[in-house]
Amino acid sequence: MNPALLVIGAVLALALALGVRARRGRAMTLEEWTVGGRGFGTVFVFLLMAGEIYTTFTFLGGSGWAYGKGAPAFYILCYGALAYALSYFLLPVIWRYAREHQLLSQADYFTSKFGSPGLGVLVSVVSVIAIVPYLVLQLKGLGIIVSEASYGAITSNSAVWISSAVLVVYVVVSGVRGSAWTAVVKDVMILVVAIALGVYLPLHYYGGMRTMFERIEAAKPGFLTLPATGMSPSWFISTVILTSLGFYMWPHTFGAVYTARHENVFRRNAVVMPLYQLVLLFVFLAGFAAIQQVPGLTGSAADLSLLRVSRQTFGPWIVGTIGAAGLLTALVPGSMLLMTAATLVAKNVYGRLAPGTSEAQVTLLAKWLVPVIALVSVYFTMRGGETLVTLLLMGYNFVTQLFPPLLFSLGRKPYATRAGAFAGILSGVATVAWLTLSGVTMASLVPSWPDVVKDLNAGIIAMLVNTVVLLAVSLATGPRGAHVALLSGGIHGAYLDHRAEDAKGQSGETA
Amino acid sequence: MRWYRWLALVPAIGMLGGVPFVNRVEPWVFGLPLLLAWVLVWVLLTSATMWLIYALDRRHERRAEQSGA
Repeated sequence: MNPALLVIGAVLALALALGVRARRGRAMTLEEWTVGGRGFGTVFVFLLMAGEIYTTFTFLGGSGWAYGKGAPAFYILCYGALAYALSYFLLPVIWRYAREHQLLSQADYFTSKFGSPGLGVLVSVVSVIAIVPYLVLQLKGLGIIVSEASYGAITSNSAVWISSAVLVVYVVVSGVRGSAWTAVVKDVMILVVAIALGVYLPLHYYGGMRTMFERIEAAKPGFLTLPATGMSPSWFISTVILTSLGFYMWPHTFGAVYTARHENVFRRNAVVMPLYQLVLLFVFLAGFAAIQQVPGLTGSAADLSLLRVSRQTFGPWIVGTIGAAGLLTALVPGSMLLMTAATLVAKNVYGRLAPGTSEAQVTLLAKWLVPVIALVSVYFTMRGGETLVTLLLMGYNFVTQLFPPLLFSLGRKPYATRAGAFAGILSGVATVAWLTLSGVTMASLVPSWPDVVKDLNAGIIAMLVNTVVLLAVSLATGPRGAHVALLSGGIHGAYLDHRAEDAKGQSGETA
Repeated sequence: MRWYRWLALVPAIGMLGGVPFVNRVEPWVFGLPLLLAWVLVWVLLTSATMWLIYALDRRHERRAEQSGA
């Protein structure tokens, strides 16, 4: 075994030990397993959210896109920051409601808000469909890290098998508290590694950032700016808007909201988290530095660039440390994703379809579902050929469909009706599926329109269809909703609340 | 009225609205191409804006408590 694998193995053992230790002294009810008994303060929630957000996607995908595509990668830097601004207004409202109603999952929110278990089932199904490409992304990343760090001794495929086994064990033993603790180790490691690479590589190979960028610009003119067509400013802006709206719609991110002790936790996080985004700058710098040092990685192989350039530059001990940091960036979010998917299927799908299931049974089922969902993801990982960023964007298009119904549900008397939410989500998801399967883009839909329209992210269409259908159906089915409001304390008060919430929602939507 | 909450729109409009105009390499800013530097500055300003809103919210809430008590 080479030193690189040794380091990775040691960090893995540490992560597992932390996971097991974290659960000690706590009875593992479903509430403890998934939302940590709702007792996490600012630091813990910050770590958990940062832990979920800085994934192998950030690490390998961010550098891979900087390496392979150049300036379009900057979108990753933007959407997070804007999503945090939005979170300032959005998350406290969700948190307050969740606490009052003892909610555990994202689907619970929709079930409770619209008084419709069926809607909860639909939301769960959409979430799980979106989670799978995200999990595939983590497993692919793990495969890359382990096989690169073994210098080819372990094939990427066996690395995927090993990694998913580790992930399953990790999730089953630790639950959300384990994730938060491992996130501490992970964040320290990723900060050190990313900053070190981003500073060292440009200096070592080029003598400085400016020289590096000048040489890239000379070799590939236009690489450091957005192209006039394709991934143009119009693509950039629409993609940032879509992904920042979808950001908190991921069920595991939405679920992490419930772990907070107080709503101010989110407001403070909204101030600090954008700064945390700056780690990405260093990841990009490492990717840019790799361009002329390890040339010729195309397509999904671009994701290898960070580790290839590290292997070329450093000895196995340092490669192992970089690999271990990468491993943790996949393990923490991967475990959150697996746990969320399993809880959703067990509680919000099975629990609804077979009423009378006890909590103990649901918890047990959730744990059994962990390896099942992992296997499904392994299957897709073996099949795929997409880059990490493409996978993420696909999952994003699905979860973003939950944003319109959420937005129009925030008021005490939601504007959206049950039927409206159903119709909106279904039509939005159908549009995404159609766009993904048929490969339709704005350019193929409206070939004669100006580039500004043609380059828009096609997810915009799904979002518009969703919103229009939701509003139209809600309007048509509205009077019943008004009747309910009348019974529950006066139409006028509800109307005023609704207006106030609406104003908040709007400022949030565009932020 | 918490009018200042609308300030949250400033980073979004600034960051994204500027993109078509700063889609250039030069002038270099701290050794970074202009587009990257622009995005980066707005990430910092997002944090600053949210801090301002948080501070104003806190003041607003303290006053509400005082007048209520």
